[in-house]
Amino acid sequence: MKIVQCECGHNNPYGTQVCEICGNPFDENEQLLNMRYEGAARRSQTYNTTIVDKIWNFFSSVKVGIWLIVLVLLGSVLGTVLPQQQYILSNAPPETFYEEQYGWFGWLYYTLGFHELFKSWWFLLLLALLGLSLIVASLDRIIPLYRSLKKQRVTRNTSFLKRQRLFSASEVEHPEESIQSVKKQLEQKRYKVKEENGNVLAEKNRFSRWGPYVNHTGLVIVLFAAMLRFIPGMYVNETVSIREGEYMAIPGTNYEYYLENEEFSIEYYDPTDEKYEAALERINGLQAKTYQTDANLYRNIGSTIPGAQPELEFVKSGKIIVNEPFTFDSISLYQTGYGTEFYKMMFQLANKETGEQFGTVEVNLDNPQEVHDLGNGYKVKVLDYFPDFEMKEDGPATKSKFPNNPGIAFSMISPEHPEGEISFVAIRTNVELGDNDYKMEFISMLNRDVTQLTVKKDHTLWLIALGGFIFMIGLTQGMYWNHRRVWLQQVDGEVWIAAHTNRGWDGFQQEITQCIQDTKLSEPVDQDVTVKKSKESE
Amino acid sequence: MLQLSSNLLGVAFFCYLFATIMLFVASVNKRKQNKEEESTKKGMAVKWGIVIAFIGLIFQIAYFTTRWIAVGHPPVSNMFEYLTFFGMMIVVGSFVIYFIYRNTLVALFSLPISMVIIAYASVFPTDIKPLVPGLQNYWLPIHVSTVALGQGLLTISFIAGLIYLLAVTNQSKSSKQTRMIEVVMYGILSIVAFAVIVLSFEIVKYEQTFTWQNEQEQSLELTYSMPAIIAPNDSQVVGDAGGFTSLVEAPAWMKGVNAARKLNSFVWAMLGGLVLYGMIRFILRKRIGAAIQPLLKNVRPTLLDEIGYRSVAIGFPIFVLGGLVFAMIYALDAWSRLWGWDPKEIGALVTALFYAAYLHLRISRGWQGNRSAWLAVIGFIIIMLNTVFVNLVIAGLHSYA
Ligand code: HEM
Repeated sequence: MKIVQCECGHNNPYGTQVCEICGNPFDENEQLLNMRYEGAARRSQTYNTTIVDKIWNFFSSVKVGIWLIVLVLLGSVLGTVLPQQQYILSNAPPETFYEEQYGWFGWLYYTLGFHELFKSWWFLLLLALLGLSLIVASLDRIIPLYRSLKKQRVTRNTSFLKRQRLFSASEVEHPEESIQSVKKQLEQKRYKVKEENGNVLAEKNRFSRWGPYVNHTGLVIVLFAAMLRFIPGMYVNETVSIREGEYMAIPGTNYEYYLENEEFSIEYYDPTDEKYEAALERINGLQAKTYQTDANLYRNIGSTIPGAQPELEFVKSGKIIVNEPFTFDSISLYQTGYGTEFYKMMFQLANKETGEQFGTVEVNLDNPQEVHDLGNGYKVKVLDYFPDFEMKEDGPATKSKFPNNPGIAFSMISPEHPEGEISFVAIRTNVELGDNDYKMEFISMLNRDVTQLTVKKDHTLWLIALGGFIFMIGLTQGMYWNHRRVWLQQVDGEVWIAAHTNRGWDGFQQEITQCIQDTKLSEPVDQDVTVKKSKESE
Repeated sequence: MLQLSSNLLGVAFFCYLFATIMLFVASVNKRKQNKEEESTKKGMAVKWGIVIAFIGLIFQIAYFTTRWIAVGHPPVSNMFEYLTFFGMMIVVGSFVIYFIYRNTLVALFSLPISMVIIAYASVFPTDIKPLVPGLQNYWLPIHVSTVALGQGLLTISFIAGLIYLLAVTNQSKSSKQTRMIEVVMYGILSIVAFAVIVLSFEIVKYEQTFTWQNEQEQSLELTYSMPAIIAPNDSQVVGDAGGFTSLVEAPAWMKGVNAARKLNSFVWAMLGGLVLYGMIRFILRKRIGAAIQPLLKNVRPTLLDEIGYRSVAIGFPIFVLGGLVFAMIYALDAWSRLWGWDPKEIGALVTALFYAAYLHLRISRGWQGNRSAWLAVIGFIIIMLNTVFVNLVIAGLHSYA
């Protein structure tokens, strides 16, 4: 491999711009040195022949990184233009919903797949490219940067000093004493000071230079963990609704676990409470304060084939409250919603003419019992049941199997009509076939609560947490501390001061000014052209 | 208690106003003959300005505490509470920068911005809203207040950027840059005008109801508390119109529950801003930017550039901590998921990505100074869109109704 040999005798890797040891710049320039990576040899700046080189260089470029960030940003904005599918009404079919609600634009949005934008292949690809770019860009920089900072020597090449942003050269009577005095001041400001032949290097907060790489590592871990969710078994996110008093298999457990909704309860804010009166009036009415399910967990020790009768063994019971999930075997059950549904309907068999009543009939909508014997020759038969009744051209039908709008066809048997008269009853509908002597009077309706739970299993959570933690550490270390270095050197009887920081030049300059107060050394001047101009105009 | 807390907020507001005047006087007052006398006088004014601003901050903290006691939960759960808190965080941010750089200019500009936001907050209902179960979680106020602090600090970078632009832009002739600065000024003024308009109509108890039909053909009522420049599509006035009904109707596709009223508010804000801007231009007889520039003669642009960058450096980690990390912890606790691509969550992500892009652009040459300053302005617009626009226009889990 080619090397670059410096005057000081050190062999630098090929591509080095500033000697790792003495800081000798290898170009013949008078401009300020680009100190961002200490002039170290970065792979991306050195090789550009093979395909691998080209790919590496592409992904290590900050420009490309910024483009990727901006593309993810624009993609995300696109995802807010219309609601994502998960936020539209759950019973609305997306094929038609978007077009009906938003016209041609909605149709386009749906057709381009933007209704599930954050699951689309191109968005995931962008995230993957971002991750790749983070890895390549970080490796490209951290390794050479680490080498240079580790190898740096106290005494520096004079042109290195002269080409720092903060620089001054002063002729003083006692150079050594001046340097010692500044050194003491710097030590008080918690610089780590190294000395070599009367020259000084004071440095602090080098660790903050690793901040970006640490935070990028955290980000890569988070992105990786998010991708892991696509591996089966790592991540379960399902919902289940259970009626009060019933049990259901918990989705995602392969019929191993069953949950019973023993009781569902809900508490409302008191609308007469002075504190909330005004606000509750504005949203006219009831506002839930909290709701919960008292649940029993069972394990199925029998067959786990879908449809087979489970053999249940009680495991534990507990409450599932909003904000307080119920957890077992790495699965969490969250209380995410509730609903009510019609449960029982009460009717009365009555004579239309006389109004005489012959007994009540209770229809359990889960299992509408077929015959209700009221004695004395009066019977009521449930002929047909439509849980979600609607009238079609060819007769009554049901929209779904949920009892949203129950409709029941009865046959009313009486001593006068042993064959039965037919009556059809639904909410706000009463259809009679022929001229009946009897009728079914609706008395009341019993509702039943249904709890809605989210079933969650997430084996990537700890990894996301770890990544997030590393990310925050990296951000803090990189943003809240600055890496500062001051070089003091005797050159031809003069004392040279040169200084570098990765950010916060104004504060840094003030710090140095304070440190040289007791000496006759002249303040380092900011040699950056724009700063110079800006200061002159002051 | 509630009354006390709103009085405290009023006092805080006037302290900020007073402090702004003090700092303003200090920065203008320099044509005195006696240099020495002048500089000590100026020093006193600056000192008092900062002290009064600090007293204002203490009053606002007292407002916050008393409201917390009155409401029973940390008062950051509706638009009024959130925006006042955000205003307070801008003041906190300017103090952070003041203690690092001892620069009063940033404070001089932050206080009015904070006041604009607090005034705007008072447009929203201040009554206590009971929290839905999902919001009764202690992570929620932690998340929200950290976000507000982050946004407050990021706003300081906008302020530094704005001062930078006001200072460096050549105002001797009209250019794209001078026009853009005027647009920013107009934007700020329209918020002010909007607050004034809403509060005025509130005082006269203006009310006007319309009936209209939504897409399910249900007949709905919509009540305006400002005269309807824009009425709901195909609507009728309810009751006695009292002369003025409306100028135009909202387009037919605007069928959201309150869409027409929101559009009406927006139009009022735009027109109010126009009137206010026009009046100021008429009095000054030059661009607002040109009028402010002479105050900024002693400003060192590179310092402002550094302050802008520094406040992003300080604010970005806090914003990310609140807006992404704490948000995820809260969402996991309450909604069973870390992240749901809710519009507000996307908003936080977009803000974070934008400032990440800002930080990376600053690594590249040529993006410091002017361009950075404009980026900071755009960043603030993103923050305001996400705080105000997303809440009011795009509904989601976070909408504070
Ligand atoms: C959203 C994702 C990203 C975040 C949140 C992020 C965050 C950061 C932060 C906070 C810094 C420190 C900036 C400063 O000191 O002013 C930084 C530096 C940097 N980032 Fe990123 N970054 C992201 C993506 C990327 C990508 C995709 C690349 C790929 C090219 C990249 C390359 C760099 C480089 C080269 C640095 C400078 C390191 C140094 O100063 O030595 N970043 N990043």
